[in-house]
Amino acid sequence: MIRLEKRPQPSKAWTVATPILAVVLTMIFGGIMFGLIGTSPVEAIRTIFWDPLFHPQFAGFSRPQLLVKAGPLILIAIGLSIGFRAGIWNIGAEGQYIIGAICGAGAGLALYPMESALILPLMVVAGALGGWAWAMIPALLKVKFGTNEILVSLMLVYVAENLLASVSSGLLRNPEGMGFPGSRNLSQWSSSQNLELIPNTGMHLGVLTAFIAVIFAYVLLTRHIQGYNIRLTGEAPRAAKFSGVSPARTILFCLGLAGALAGMAGLFEVTGPAGQISIDFGSGYGFTAIIVAFLGRLHPVGILLAGLLMALTYIGGELAQLMLGVPGASIQLFQGMLLFFLLGVDVLTNYRVRFGAAEVA
Amino acid sequence: MDLSNINPVLLVASIMISATPILLAAIGEMVVEKSGVLNLGVEGMMITGAVIGFIVAINSGSPLLGFATAAVAGAALSVAFGVLTQIFLSNQVATGLGLTLVGLGLSSLLGKPYEGQKTVTLPKLDIPILSDLPVVGRMLFSHDIMVYLSLGIVVAVWAFLKHTHAGLILRAVGESHESAHALGYKVIRVRMLAIMFGGACAGLGGAYLSLVRVPQWTEGMTAGAGWIALAIVVFASWRAGRVLVGAYLFGGITVLQLNLQAAGMTWGVQYLSMSPYLITILVLVLISSNRSRGSHNAPANLGQTFHATR
Repeated sequence: MIRLEKRPQPSKAWTVATPILAVVLTMIFGGIMFGLIGTSPVEAIRTIFWDPLFHPQFAGFSRPQLLVKAGPLILIAIGLSIGFRAGIWNIGAEGQYIIGAICGAGAGLALYPMESALILPLMVVAGALGGWAWAMIPALLKVKFGTNEILVSLMLVYVAENLLASVSSGLLRNPEGMGFPGSRNLSQWSSSQNLELIPNTGMHLGVLTAFIAVIFAYVLLTRHIQGYNIRLTGEAPRAAKFSGVSPARTILFCLGLAGALAGMAGLFEVTGPAGQISIDFGSGYGFTAIIVAFLGRLHPVGILLAGLLMALTYIGGELAQLMLGVPGASIQLFQGMLLFFLLGVDVLTNYRVRFGAAEVA
Repeated sequence: MDLSNINPVLLVASIMISATPILLAAIGEMVVEKSGVLNLGVEGMMITGAVIGFIVAINSGSPLLGFATAAVAGAALSVAFGVLTQIFLSNQVATGLGLTLVGLGLSSLLGKPYEGQKTVTLPKLDIPILSDLPVVGRMLFSHDIMVYLSLGIVVAVWAFLKHTHAGLILRAVGESHESAHALGYKVIRVRMLAIMFGGACAGLGGAYLSLVRVPQWTEGMTAGAGWIALAIVVFASWRAGRVLVGAYLFGGITVLQLNLQAAGMTWGVQYLSMSPYLITILVLVLISSNRSRGSHNAPANLGQTFHATR
């Protein structure tokens, strides 16, 4: 008889080992899945995990993409993880990301074609405020009326997608775009472009911001009283209340921070890799960031690594699509599987597996 | 804008059609939540049901077989959720989200070759006498079998929870798993069965979208219907009758919005399309702000992990 025994403390060793175990399991079962759809499993796994970094022909192009994709994922996941730590489930980061991009781009385009070094910083602030404001909707409703933040933040994603469709064919449409939907190209306007800081690395301002956010989150969670309060709220809500932590303030802080970071991620994306506001700007980063946050164990350093790994599966997935003809959706499934396996093996962190019958106490 | 183009008979009939998928998903999820489990993967199970139902119906030529397989597929996917949350004791919120992501990925992978194809849809029933009644006949009694099945499921769930011993056990498990366990009820088994019922219902709801309502397969076609079903369960404060009201209200909003668009309302199509989501938020606020009615009724152990120590 196999049974589980709760550990007094989560195991430190398993905390590190479970994500690795989950990745290995995903590779095995993902390999089987690729085998079933008629692709060589070994080749598929190699194309996803190895070729983007070391393929003699493609690596030169795909290596910089690693940071380009990891940047927004890490930035959004850091914000989400702080909320998840406190038991606040913001799953509408995709909406905050879109609204951040719209607000930031709007602020910049209002000044077009002026040239000034202040325009990009202004856009960043506008983007962060946009995302913050969008996240404040579920936060304030939760504080005031006790509505469920999961449902409200998610409904707002659909609202944001409709707004995006509306502004890209209306308010922000390029007047010189011959009637096609989509805004002016922000990456070609020297005041708003978010260029690579170091050529051929993919390192742009958004990636730099993501790295700063990792350090900021680490300090917040381990050295600052606010971080302690957040962890306390998540692990022992009653104790937190008695020690004077205001639940309302924690909700506003966590959702606001996540929204602002997601909004910034959207702005850096629209001024850099994406280039313009268009109907298909929403790319699912907001949802993938949830996997990143969990894969990184809600820990800033873990999220940094998880973001890079997830970016690798994106690029590897594109490469596999190109070279092996694997359907794009299989990568999404692959990422979902990774989250599933992680949640499954996580039991080892908090419980000990015992063989034999229970002792009579 | 010409409102006279909107035919009230067709309006009511189409409200019933558009409410059925969310009604099915919501009534299933209500049973799951009554047993104390919060499965946020409704969207994932719905879309899997939609794609599986569509594929089976196209290949076999039988939409009913499509519905049956969709229910099985939804239940199978929910078993993954059940195993993770009940046996591996994972966090229900995170696992449910994962289920949605897996479902979306799986469905677009399976459905790729079927995009743009047409399927045979369910025939409208021709009930003797009733279907021939003026006005009411076309409004209420000329639908396909799934519309009536969904109403039947609502009544069955109500009767099951209120009047049977098994229903009492299910509610007990949801209110206090420790006490239910101490009384000798198999908490995990009851919850697994409830989760599978919820999965099957979500699968049926998804299949109704791809086989009757649209009827076509497009990637991501559920477009948040599963999440709206979750909101309806909260709206209904975990009561079968109110789930029905909630789903039909929501179906009404969706249809009205489509009708306004069709009637030539040109002012911002996007603003109309976002209205169902905004109204859901509004309803959530109204329900939650009235504490005595709303959250008061939630199963006490909703979303909590059960681990038998003895």
